[in-house]
Amino acid sequence: MSMKRRTFLKGALVGSVAVAMPRAFAEAARTAGFDAKDYENALKSVSGGAEVTDSPAIAIKVPEIAENGAVVPIQINAELPKIESIAILVEKNPVPLIANFKLGDNGVGYISTRIKMGGTSNVVALVKSDGKFFSAKKEVKVTVGGCGG
Amino acid sequence: MSGMRVQAKKEGDVIEVKILVSHPMETGTRKDQKTNEVVPAHFIQELTCEHAGKVVLSSDWSGGISKNPYLSFKFKSNEGGSVKVTWKDNKGETETQEAVIK
Repeated sequence: MSMKRRTFLKGALVGSVAVAMPRAFAEAARTAGFDAKDYENALKSVSGGAEVTDSPAIAIKVPEIAENGAVVPIQINAELPKIESIAILVEKNPVPLIANFKLGDNGVGYISTRIKMGGTSNVVALVKSDGKFFSAKKEVKVTVGGCGG
Repeated sequence: MSGMRVQAKKEGDVIEVKILVSHPMETGTRKDQKTNEVVPAHFIQELTCEHAGKVVLSSDWSGGISKNPYLSFKFKSNEGGSVKVTWKDNKGETETQEAVIK
């Protein structure tokens, strides 16, 4: 009886480990680059060192002047084929990588959100389209920074 | 403390999802102005959206997304139904909200 119980417990344990594995992998898949403290390294981490081409097909809508760096609205429109992801970076932020949005097969190249800016800086949209990386940037003048608070 | 609102609207074959979350989004570097102590990091790290059994958006965030995050995105689908949005933060807190596509 107790042997059977042991065996059952072992089985249950193995089962739970097997279930836990894919979740562990999913967490490991977090975009690289959040640890980077400077823009160049953050960009390299996201692109995996691949070449990044400036693209007029990416439009960034941001205010020219942001009075409050804690809340800067940003809208990105990318007219590129097979968009896989859209990342937002702020060149001079202490953590330049803001977020990376990975789209499904039927995704549309559009993201609208609100970001923090420590001060006046370029905002960069890095788009992966059909396996290649494209980017666009736009400067936002920040009156009061929103990172140190 | 937290709470999420999700709206999904279909126009032709494009569905626009709008999400608003109540969350402090603390980077872990901000100092409390009264106590002068660093406020511990507490921010959403991932947000995903599912539709018709498929992931239509998965995203990784830093604390650089503003407090009480707003996000809007679009995807193409001929199906109606609903979308399911889930976020998870660096403390392991999570919330899921479903919205019927209008």
